[in-house]
Amino acid sequence: MSIILDHVSHIYEAGTAMEFAALKDINLVIPDGQFIGLIGHTGSGKSTLVQHLNGLLAPTGGNIYYNGADIHDSDFNKKELRSKVGLVFQYPEHQLFEIDVFTDVCFGPKNLGLSKKETELRAYAALKQVGLEDEYFYQSPFDLSGGQKRRVAIAGVLAMKPEVLILDEPTAGLDPKGRDEILDQVAKLREETGITVILVSHSMEDVAKYVDRIIVMNKGQIMYDDEPKAVFRHYKELESVGLAAPSVTYIMQALKKKGLPVDTDITTIKEAKTAILKALGR
Amino acid sequence: MGIIETKDLVFEYIRRDEEGNVEGITRAVDEVTLDIKKGDFIAVLGHNGSGKSTLAKHINAILYPTEGTVWVDGMDTSDEEKLWDIRQEAGMVFQNPDNQIIGQVVEEDVGFGPENLGVPTKEIWERVEESLKAVGMYEFRKYSPNKLSGGQKQRVSIAGVIAMHPKCIVLDEPTAMLDPNGRKEVIRAVRALNDVEGITVILITHYMEEIIHADKVFVMDKGSIAMEGTPREIFSQVERLKELRLDVPQVTLLAHELKKAGLDIADGILTVQELISALKL
Repeated sequence: MSIILDHVSHIYEAGTAMEFAALKDINLVIPDGQFIGLIGHTGSGKSTLVQHLNGLLAPTGGNIYYNGADIHDSDFNKKELRSKVGLVFQYPEHQLFEIDVFTDVCFGPKNLGLSKKETELRAYAALKQVGLEDEYFYQSPFDLSGGQKRRVAIAGVLAMKPEVLILDEPTAGLDPKGRDEILDQVAKLREETGITVILVSHSMEDVAKYVDRIIVMNKGQIMYDDEPKAVFRHYKELESVGLAAPSVTYIMQALKKKGLPVDTDITTIKEAKTAILKALGR
Repeated sequence: MGIIETKDLVFEYIRRDEEGNVEGITRAVDEVTLDIKKGDFIAVLGHNGSGKSTLAKHINAILYPTEGTVWVDGMDTSDEEKLWDIRQEAGMVFQNPDNQIIGQVVEEDVGFGPENLGVPTKEIWERVEESLKAVGMYEFRKYSPNKLSGGQKQRVSIAGVIAMHPKCIVLDEPTAMLDPNGRKEVIRAVRALNDVEGITVILITHYMEEIIHADKVFVMDKGSIAMEGTPREIFSQVERLKELRLDVPQVTLLAHELKKAGLDIADGILTVQELISALKL
């Protein structure tokens, strides 16, 4: 069970003056159950890449396999793929439209042709998974806070029971608590269900804290694909493409320079605290 | 009197159901009184729905007070005759650069504001040049905005506001949609406007690192000002900020954690240099 990208390229407006290669020869294996961070500056190809994973965009070269089947074969069930690979767009709350929260979350499973009972069971479970309390279920989604709206939108995708959940900058514009709440819920969901999660993010701190693999995109190509520590060791190269290491990594480098014997590939506050206390002999 | 002053400012809006019946009244800003000195760099923090944006929209008269008064450079924002003067003096930059750029070419976009003020053509071009230079975008003046990155677009939006020669600029989460480099570029440009041009800046943000140099920080909660002080005073109160759904800069958080573990470190460490001294390295 996995997604495989085999020599995938995507050229927009091929053969015109506007021709632009958004993806160039991408090879990737995304096995079940991983928590992946996808980073890259604006325009690096992240969004184009994730839209290939559920077949919204077709590659102009190469093949994509979902559980061994080529998703662009004529007999491949694309509708099923879109329920299995759930994509939550940026600012997903703009896509809420129903009269109340519960009806909105029912929209997806209802369109899969499920019975009313099954649809409602799934909507209920999904809203629980994102941690929304019952009191909000029959409110208009437009009366909720930014973070709540976003959780409703994520629940709408979870109600399709996806095997892979792709979140495109799910925390943009949220306050710090709202940001932590959403990511904590996603991490918990993954632990409980074993779902694969792909997190597209501009926050190096969030990526360092949650994921076990980072894919760095630059100019339509994969620049790094490794565990977070190994990727952030290349902080100089990351800076040259508009990214950075988490701020705590820079703090540790500064401390080391001043003679404190600490690791410089630390990426979270928790690790930093332990390392500093140890180095100080506490 | 400061450049921006509010007295007992209240803003209420009426919530209606599907049929348009009144469901209730929400008080988004609740008796806010503040006085902002000319030339200050002011930061406004607060969780989603705390009333920051509603407050900001009063500063250039997009919204009018339900009760109380807002003055911009001494002008009452409820005075309709002063509307255009107020909008010219207090410019506003929003979250999404794509919603703010209208020109086909960068320099035309920046010239749009002064042109509408009736500034003579020659002076418009002078203003366009100086504004683009102030945000470091002069070399892109002939570009189509579509070809720019998020951070570059946002700097063009800021140049468009500066070209109006405002005394004050309000930025409502200008970096929320940008990548790390874009965020840095925008904040650098905003700080330069404040330092070099002396423009009063009011920056609303969820990124705590962006405001450690601010002269003053206001923290909003439920429409009121919950905390007010220098960045050090504010960020010394880690637990209180967490209650308000906020955060502190990473280095402040690390210092706070080390202090909790028994190290002798002062509250409100704001930079790596301060942490190094605190650890006596």
